[in-house]
Amino acid sequence: MKHRSALWFWVFVGPFAAGLALFTYVPLLWSVGLSLFDAHNTVTPTHFVGLDNYTAMLRDDAFRDSLKTFLVFTAFIVPTTYVVSLTLALMVNRVRRARAFFRSVFFLPAACSYVVAALVWKMSIFSGVRFGLANTVLGWFGADSVAWLATPDPPWYWLVIITVRLWLQAGFYMILFLAGLQRIDPALYEAAAVDGARPGWTVLRHITLPQLRATSVAVVLLLVVNAFQAFDEFYNLLSDARGYPPYARPPLVYLYYTALGQGQNLGLGSAGAVILALVIAVVTAAQARWLKLGRTDADG
Amino acid sequence: MDDALVRAGRALRLAVLIALALLFLIPFYLLLRNGLSTERDITSPEWTFFPHELRWDNVHELFADTSVPFARSLLNSALIAVATTLGTLLLASLAGYGLARIPYRHADKVFYGILGTLLIPAAVTFVPSFVLVSSLGWISTLRGLIVPTLFSAFACFVFRQYFLGFPTELEDAAQVDGLGYWRTYWLIVVPNARPVFAAVGTIVFLGAWNSFLWPLVIGQDQSAWTVQVALSSFTTAQVIRLHELFVAAAVSILPLLVVFLVFQRWIVTGVERSGID
Repeated sequence: MKHRSALWFWVFVGPFAAGLALFTYVPLLWSVGLSLFDAHNTVTPTHFVGLDNYTAMLRDDAFRDSLKTFLVFTAFIVPTTYVVSLTLALMVNRVRRARAFFRSVFFLPAACSYVVAALVWKMSIFSGVRFGLANTVLGWFGADSVAWLATPDPPWYWLVIITVRLWLQAGFYMILFLAGLQRIDPALYEAAAVDGARPGWTVLRHITLPQLRATSVAVVLLLVVNAFQAFDEFYNLLSDARGYPPYARPPLVYLYYTALGQGQNLGLGSAGAVILALVIAVVTAAQARWLKLGRTDADG
Repeated sequence: MDDALVRAGRALRLAVLIALALLFLIPFYLLLRNGLSTERDITSPEWTFFPHELRWDNVHELFADTSVPFARSLLNSALIAVATTLGTLLLASLAGYGLARIPYRHADKVFYGILGTLLIPAAVTFVPSFVLVSSLGWISTLRGLIVPTLFSAFACFVFRQYFLGFPTELEDAAQVDGLGYWRTYWLIVVPNARPVFAAVGTIVFLGAWNSFLWPLVIGQDQSAWTVQVALSSFTTAQVIRLHELFVAAAVSILPLLVVFLVFQRWIVTGVERSGID
């Protein structure tokens, strides 16, 4: 019987496990191998170069710049998304009328692709000419038009990049916070009211936020991992018929042009992929530790 | 506290929510507005909130324009999204059930092997995966666009968690009746697990339709473009016909908005269950 159940286990799990191994572990190992070779336009190179690709990558200013771009992006997008989605959740949770309607409206952008959103941001809201919506609004206040995406100086393009992602993902995280809020025991609020705590900041600080701790940890981890993987909005907002500008290249955009652009340097690209995989693993692990170092007794 | 003050606060909150809701809807409105406008109404220096005339001809013009493979890209996206959704549901639910219910000595090790892939963001593996797919000769094929994305550790994880919390009485009764694992799964488990199939299915479908980096890397020939790749290449093209671009974008999100609104309840449960998109 035991033997039979082992067989059935593999009937159920086997196809999935084999596919996952083939399309995740095999390419990763292959990539580690490729990263040790000079692999231009080929996936079966013969010229072994040791760690040259890694040192070349780490010495490359453009690669280091891409890591800086990620840091700047994360420093903006993580706090803003956190605050906006939590605020939306608190407001939607307390509103009495049309709660389902508001939840749908804020969640709706999650159905939109980054490509379509970037298109609206680039061609309509933040088009650098006078007819763009943002410049029209600026015009009402007598301000000059801004060339949002066309110039790195001043770097207004960050505003465009941050707001597009904020619009797309705030509703998703709002749903997570709403689920967290629903799990809080109403008795806690009643007890606070009996103790004379006035609704508002006090209750938010001493009851709601500590009770949302587990949700907050998950939200921050997801926000950082997703920021690290940013590609779609950067590519679609900033590149044009002449290609991608030399600034504001996050890691994946950099990797895309190195590995798959002209020359297809797959050895160098693979080294970059391995480095980035290590970076994100370390960042995630460090964050998980750091976030758990605080109070954990309120964890759900 | 003063009753009037409470009511004023409530009214204020409602007003802020309505303002925010309008702000969140503006991009959708712009898509529709520009998609149904003349080129002049889009680029006019005297920009108006409502266009001067609605031009439904834009839709016709978009599909009649043979220089852009838009209809083909819609078809590709539909095929990819449907195949990815069905394939992922089948593979991940079977694996999730096996991990949750079938006793096996090394089940834990297999499970951690699957979970481990969640630590490696899919986007970081696009270069290695490209290497594999190109050596299989699958560049610019639907196979290359679909098959590597079918093995979602996230979906498998959600199914496993769901089946772990599934009451065992039904399956025990099935075992007594002499049904094996296979028939128990199809006759008893699947019909009773529709909510989780709907939740995972909708999330996978949205993800497949909206995915960009992988189709950009693999779908290099025009014949293999998805709708996102097609839109992106119009956006970055030398000559841009704005009304056509916007109407194309509007057409591309229409099926999604329908799916989203119909299945919203399931997506919400799915998101709450997982916390991962």
